[in-house]
Amino acid sequence: MTKKTSNIATRRTILKAGAGLGAFALTSGVAPLHFIREAHAADYCNKPTGKTVTLGFNVPQTGAYADEGADELRAYKLAVKHLNGEGDGGMLSTFKPSVLKGNGVLGKKVAFVTGDTQTKSPAARASAKRMIEKDNAVMITGGSSSGVAIAVQGLCQEAGVIFMAGLTHSNDTTGKDRRANGFRHFFNTHMSGAALGPVLEKAYGKVRNAYHLTADYTWGWSQQKSMKESTEAIGWKTTKTVKTPVGAGDFSQYITPVLNSGADVLILNHYGKDMVNSLTQAVQFGLRDKQVNGKNFEIIVPLFSRLMAQGAGDAIKGIFGSTNWNWSLKDEGSKAFVKSFGAEYGAPPSMAAHTCYVQTLLYANAAEMAGTFSPVGIVKSLEGFKFDGLGNGPTEYRAADHQCFKDVLVVRGNEKPTTKFDLLEVVEVTPRSQVEYDDKMLGGSLGPVNSKPC
Amino acid sequence: MFGNSVRGDWILLLVFSVVVLTLPITLAPIGAAYPDLLQKFAIFGLFAIGFNILFGLTGYLSFGHAAFLGVGSYASVWVFKLFTMDVLPAVMFSILIAGIFALVIGYVSLRRSGIYFSILTLAFAQMSYNLAYSVLTPLTNGETALQIRQLAPADRGPDYVLNLLDEDLRLVDQMFGVVEHGIPITNLFSLKMSGYPGFYFCAVLLIIGFFIAMRISRSNFGMMLRAIKSNQTRLNYTGINTRPYLLAAFVISGMYAGLAGASMAVTDPLAGAERMQWTASGEVVLMTILGGVGTLLGPVLGAAIIKYFENIFSSINTGILENLFSFLPSGLQEVFVVVVGMFVGSGWHLTLGLLFMIIVIFLPGGMMEGFARLFGLFRRNKNDPAAPAAASGEAATETSREQKTSGEG
Repeated sequence: MTKKTSNIATRRTILKAGAGLGAFALTSGVAPLHFIREAHAADYCNKPTGKTVTLGFNVPQTGAYADEGADELRAYKLAVKHLNGEGDGGMLSTFKPSVLKGNGVLGKKVAFVTGDTQTKSPAARASAKRMIEKDNAVMITGGSSSGVAIAVQGLCQEAGVIFMAGLTHSNDTTGKDRRANGFRHFFNTHMSGAALGPVLEKAYGKVRNAYHLTADYTWGWSQQKSMKESTEAIGWKTTKTVKTPVGAGDFSQYITPVLNSGADVLILNHYGKDMVNSLTQAVQFGLRDKQVNGKNFEIIVPLFSRLMAQGAGDAIKGIFGSTNWNWSLKDEGSKAFVKSFGAEYGAPPSMAAHTCYVQTLLYANAAEMAGTFSPVGIVKSLEGFKFDGLGNGPTEYRAADHQCFKDVLVVRGNEKPTTKFDLLEVVEVTPRSQVEYDDKMLGGSLGPVNSKPC
Repeated sequence: MFGNSVRGDWILLLVFSVVVLTLPITLAPIGAAYPDLLQKFAIFGLFAIGFNILFGLTGYLSFGHAAFLGVGSYASVWVFKLFTMDVLPAVMFSILIAGIFALVIGYVSLRRSGIYFSILTLAFAQMSYNLAYSVLTPLTNGETALQIRQLAPADRGPDYVLNLLDEDLRLVDQMFGVVEHGIPITNLFSLKMSGYPGFYFCAVLLIIGFFIAMRISRSNFGMMLRAIKSNQTRLNYTGINTRPYLLAAFVISGMYAGLAGASMAVTDPLAGAERMQWTASGEVVLMTILGGVGTLLGPVLGAAIIKYFENIFSSINTGILENLFSFLPSGLQEVFVVVVGMFVGSGWHLTLGLLFMIIVIFLPGGMMEGFARLFGLFRRNKNDPAAPAAASGEAATETSREQKTSGEG
């Protein structure tokens, strides 16, 4: 376009040079973020070829379950440290049988990428896709919502990577939506119901009318169904079940009708900030000071966590619930984990943190046992794997549905907490045999393992 | 850049196509060349192009376009569930449904203009979102999102209760005897629509969409829409009924949104209500303004920038920053990590907000105005060396206006 050439530096050349410099600065700045995909014929998706193996930690950093997500991420980072032989090793020393040596996994240093699920299925899938497609993650783990966990598990199955579910409590995750590439250490709503039933019968008797407020998505439905079954089995009646939107914030419009419904028990099938809000409001509305049918009005929160208890404050005192793990447990594994987590972050871990930490260790151990990161190998090592020393006593990964079976804790909000973390007291440890069920009960099938290259 | 000629348009289209199709290579150095993000570039580019037909040409600011996106997604997933995993029927059905939906909403909303129109569309979108989220759950599956499932058993008896949310039929596929292992993947004549093929599918849709938008923009119809933007009252006085034109523009842009929604379902067959949330509607407004309202290329550019920020900046964590600043002395490194850390990771919205403010304050015409100004500087310099180096504000608007009429893009 230029007709004459001149030796004087024109504005154009200066700008060109400037733009070039800028582009160079940008690329050199961003380059470390980018992993160049090597063109090679791998025998499975994202086979690690360098000195590191990348895991994808996909947790909610925003939304109703953000507190749990933040704690999960802390646990993942701690697990990576311990796997790489840094820190005090945590549960690596109590985990049996384990072939982990604290030198990474299969001689490769463990690296990780993180993502925000926003507690929304599409966002979670997009984030997991990025980890698989761009960062070459060989395993995805995380989630604090069953809806998200199921969506991401489906994605991992399609992509051909392993999914180690974090906190997901719906029966469906290892029930009708189970997948061969997915594994869950956390317990489920059926186990919660089965464990809570007898305890509730002992505490509140056989004649009760229950009113359910339920988070309107897969976990809430599952939780409500399980609680209905187990409470009706001990003779309770169900007055009404009401679905509430996730992240509603204000539950007063759902709590007011409870007052005049004739029910004497309120079952809150809520989790995270939703549970904190609904429970606090229910207590503020004076439900717990009420007498109905000549009985004290009671509130039950089937899935309880210490983080939620912390958020709800005094409202949780005396309230029954179930939990996967609590930091006050006195076995060697729990003590080692609490010590290590506390030293790192100055607070005890939540049950969400515990299950995520354990899942990472279990995955690493399975890879070490199989001698490969290929999904087929991992699935083979994990199916039917029996282990101990990870805080829940003897535990088994059932081969038929990739669900862990172990004892379940029934807890109660502590009336007189000694510290600000001492919020839940363990009322009963329900043995595994009482919460176990037939793997065909929940429907669904695993299908074939996807170990194809991507 | 190109004259307002037919030849110039064809060159523009050709260049655009080449640029879009080579994105997997050209974006590799900035870490954006992976299928999921590329698909998003194309899909949201399409969404923004369609939105621009309404907002850019007529000046009617719709705050509810995400509703059409969501409707398109749901329509597609239902086609996948009921009939076939082939994507073409789903795409066509989605465009149709989104168009009908836009016709209804547009018919009501276009009775008002300006802020009232915006509020009406916002209200409709919010209503659609709430319906999808908690009222029409048998159609949308609420919070869990509508998903592809395994087939219902073939040998179901007469008293079998079919739950269409949890089991699929895929009648057409079954008629052709397609065997499914687990959950099937969307395909185009048995070409899998995940990963790069999915991107190229969306890219071709984007190019077609761009071409149509270009033709609309150059047509008499487009001229009429621009006339509405510049002075609707005068048009009314001259005896022209502007409503049909507006409604047509609204429906067309709604169909674009439906197509974008369908592409989302094609690349990831899962439709959730949050796609219809007002934040999603706001996002496309941001994209269009960031790139340049009323320009052809601007919205695509804006969409790409926002999606890049959302996916890349949000994934930068402190570990990566520590590596990045490892050349600095340790004290300084920590300061840099903390300060920059506020703008990346979960703070990426902050960066985007700043960028948006800078653009709106200094370049009201978006990125395209920035390019036009740069281009204008060179031309002025070449033609008349005595011209003042810094263009005054008035001159800049003049350049941008000149740019707009003389073939933006």
